Amino acid sequence: MSSAEDIPIIVEFTGGLEMLFADERKHKLSVPAKDSKGDAVTVGWLVEYLCDELMRDMRKEMFVLDGHVRPGILVLINDADWELEGEATYALQPNDNILFVSTLHGG
Amino acid sequence: MDSATKTAERLRIQIAATEEQLKNLKGQLADLEAQSLGNSFQNVSVQEELDPVTHEKWPLAAEDYKRYGRQMIVPNIGIQGQLRLKNASVLIVGAGGLGCPAAAYIAGAGVGTIGIVDGDEVETSNLHRQILHSTSKVGMKKVDSAILYLKSLNPNLKYNAHTSHLTPENSQGIVSQYDLVLDCTDHPTSRYLISDICVLLQKPLVSASALRTDGQLIVLNSPPLLAGNEAGGPCYRCVFPKPPPAESVVSCGDGGILGPVVGVMGVLQALEATKLIASGKLTSSGSEEAKKDASMLLFSTNSNPPFRSVRLRSRRPKCFACSAEAGLTLEGLSSGSLDYVLFCGINVPVSILGRDERIEAKEYAKLKTENRTDHLLVDVREKVQFDICSIEGSVNVPFSSFQGSRFKEGDGKQPTWIPQSLPPDAPIYVVCRLGNDSQVVTKRLKESGLNKNGRYIGDIKGGLKSWKEQVDSSWPEY
Ligand SMILES: [Zn+2]
Repeated sequence: MSSAEDIPIIVEFTGGLEMLFADERKHKLSVPAKDSKGDAVTVGWLVEYLCDELMRDMRKEMFVLDGHVRPGILVLINDADWELEGEATYALQPNDNILFVSTLHGG
Repeated sequence: MDSATKTAERLRIQIAATEEQLKNLKGQLADLEAQSLGNSFQNVSVQEELDPVTHEKWPLAAEDYKRYGRQMIVPNIGIQGQLRLKNASVLIVGAGGLGCPAAAYIAGAGVGTIGIVDGDEVETSNLHRQILHSTSKVGMKKVDSAILYLKSLNPNLKYNAHTSHLTPENSQGIVSQYDLVLDCTDHPTSRYLISDICVLLQKPLVSASALRTDGQLIVLNSPPLLAGNEAGGPCYRCVFPKPPPAESVVSCGDGGILGPVVGVMGVLQALEATKLIASGKLTSSGSEEAKKDASMLLFSTNSNPPFRSVRLRSRRPKCFACSAEAGLTLEGLSSGSLDYVLFCGINVPVSILGRDERIEAKEYAKLKTENRTDHLLVDVREKVQFDICSIEGSVNVPFSSFQGSRFKEGDGKQPTWIPQSLPPDAPIYVVCRLGNDSQVVTKRLKESGLNKNGRYIGDIKGGLKSWKEQVDSSWPEY
């Protein structure tokens, strides 16, 4: 059963990033629990997954630059800066909320 | 920098910090004295210290009790909070969509000294959101316009006009005069500069931003402890060590902004400032107890709930500005050795087409009126802009739709937006607002092979801005 191997998570985009993801702010996803090497999936894995599977826009560099989430985007795991949670190495848990926020500059 | 200069620099910072502390202690003493005055005005020994000329019994003027009464009876403020507001000085950098509402509430609350920094002049396109300015003030310096409004709102305060933009060179002289800074600017370059000078001068910073329907708010460098003290609040560089790529930075002029969205963010800045001042947490000594996590408040008009607070990291151990290893110094900053424009990068105008791939607006107009050939004019602005005004006969294919998977380069198929009736060799002209996106699209159309039947594909140089200048002066400028 795939359901046992999948993790339900919520991925949200704000600050304009939603434009790269079909103008949808909130995505309820079901992602595999293990990556191709059999390791538990991480937020770093999720970023690649989003680029490959969810993003239709060709401007990948607006989301990922040199293999990292581009400067100016905050990644929040359950409303906490991912730097408090181990950054890209954080292992995804069922029902996690991963929020990507592009900083705004206007005033 | 040799070690002597470095030591001198560190001493200067320590002296500034100590002076700041002394100022704070004096302020606390004044508060206490004022309080005992408020509590026991019959105390003769206190009365003797009153102003010999006016013999005021009360720490505030009679009018002030009326003016601020409704906020003073809120338990979090009280007479002590009001006196702290009166003795405080706040610098508002930017007199725009954030700065206007922030300044109005800060002046209304009775902050004793208010400085405003801005080098711009009022434009008509500001008026839907920059509520201190008005139609009759178009062309006036924003700072002067703002202060004119604030003086009529509350004439009992001191207002300082700083009528040029904040620069690395002038920032120390300006910011050092104030207790607290509000970043109400609109670009990463100024955001990094303001954060840096606030760290160096140990000023707490309330920073906000807004675009379209979203806003963000962070209180930085609070408590404003010396660089290297991990108990201090994070700075802008702790949260954003690297600036965003210039092409990802969207201004309100390009992306749009709703007045109430930026308004709510400016009002929240005023609220945070009021909280910090009235609670006595402006300086390091006032905010020793209970170090809390820094947080960022996100506002999204179309989200439910619209407000969301997220937890941010504390000071970054290797932060360029606020860590023990900081490379930032007052000397370096004010000498101009930090190039913030270079650091953040500049969005240069697109220039990827040859001369023969572009035509002037007036040339296109001529060709259109003479109706020489069948052709197609493709307007690549977003639909909301196309709906405001468009050239007759043009078709709208938004720039963003070229970014999706709908139109892949070289897939051989003709895009659906090309009418069947268009001859295969009929020219295609591409137009946008300013003549940048149109070049990108022209290039992509050619790469996709649409020009293979000898068809001309080119863009209108300077976009619809040139169309207005050269062809149709009635064209709406939005
Ligand atoms: Zn820092």
